[in-house]
Amino acid sequence: MYGLGGILLFLLGVWSFLVHDGLLRKLIAINVTGAGVFHVFIAVAYRGLDAAPDPVPHALVLTGIVVAVSATALALTLGQRLERPDD
Amino acid sequence: MGVRHSLIIGLLALIGATLAWVYWDALIGHAGTRLAGLALERVPESGVSNPVTAVLLNFRAYDTLLELAVLLAAILGIWSSGPEARGFLPAGPVLGALTSWVVPLLILAAGYLLWVGGHAPGGAFQAGALLGAAGVVLRLSGEPSAGLPPLPWLRVGIGLGVLIFTLTGLALMALGQGFLTYPAASAKWLILMIETAATLSIGATLAAAYLAGEPVPARSTTQQPGGTRP
Amino acid sequence: MTNLLLAFDLLLSLTLVGLAAAALTSREPRRAVILFIAFGLLLALVWARLRAPDVALAEAAIGAGLAGALMLAAARRAARGARGPGGSESSAGQD
Repeated sequence: MYGLGGILLFLLGVWSFLVHDGLLRKLIAINVTGAGVFHVFIAVAYRGLDAAPDPVPHALVLTGIVVAVSATALALTLGQRLERPDD
Repeated sequence: MGVRHSLIIGLLALIGATLAWVYWDALIGHAGTRLAGLALERVPESGVSNPVTAVLLNFRAYDTLLELAVLLAAILGIWSSGPEARGFLPAGPVLGALTSWVVPLLILAAGYLLWVGGHAPGGAFQAGALLGAAGVVLRLSGEPSAGLPPLPWLRVGIGLGVLIFTLTGLALMALGQGFLTYPAASAKWLILMIETAATLSIGATLAAAYLAGEPVPARSTTQQPGGTRP
Repeated sequence: MTNLLLAFDLLLSLTLVGLAAAALTSREPRRAVILFIAFGLLLALVWARLRAPDVALAEAAIGAGLAGALMLAAARRAARGARGPGGSESSAGQD
């Protein structure tokens, strides 16, 4: 069920990315898409309440989160630079 | 709207159905060798007892090194796009007092998470994020440098993680091990050293990213009216 | 017990997707960003439920906290910029 939720998040994000415009909204859409992918990973790693979950997807998601936020910061800065009135 | 919109939605529904099918198929699981068992089995040899830290810094250390390099590349891109944005007004007394409480606590919590990452949830990324958050709080309360050191030191700081990581790997190679293959006896301390460097540079990078540009070295005009209305 | 857990999971998932939809469909930048932060925090909660505390910590601190702070600053700048040329927006914050 959680995996399906992740797929749903992914689809919502892609839809919003395609349909809406404006840098900030597109960025939020991309982030939601990524969150959906992470969510699927975490759901795949889950092995029930009593069993230890799979650590490999967890590590992948951990690095993924940091990369996502750095990409977001870079995109925001570039967008802001584009909108700056001088030059 | 109209045809194009419904086309997009239809296509997405198709993709979604395919993904759900693949996910379901993977969940049912054709029994093969799974990485999970392999990884969990070898955690005791890795020098730490938290499986996620073991995977991050021992089994898949390459990924983590390259991920730090991605952070470095991102901050370089941000810096090359221009000078930093304007700071905020200095904080009022209440916010100032709160900041002077919160920031030391954040730094303390970061140190705790870094240390505890070896055997419980925590680790370099979380600790670095807390350090970065401390920088953001400082910046929001009007401290223009966000608590970051002056530019030359900052440059060292953001490169530190990649530098220490790579040097450790090369030193291990010189000693006849593989690149980033830790000998079991010293694995814990090597991992801790790399994590410390990584924490510092993740924290510095994230706080610097919040400035949205390259820090201006001599900010003489700190009392620029924060309004800066057009 | 199992039924209770199932109901809890269902509630969490529905709220999660609902929050994401709300964040994606809201027109006002600041509102969208705040909804996105709420979404990130709830996501961290769900991951803690799925026995991934490391990732939940990182998501709460980085995904929700830092990304939210970055986007809020950007939204603020955008609102300030849009106020000049006959801004299409009444959203310019009062703070």
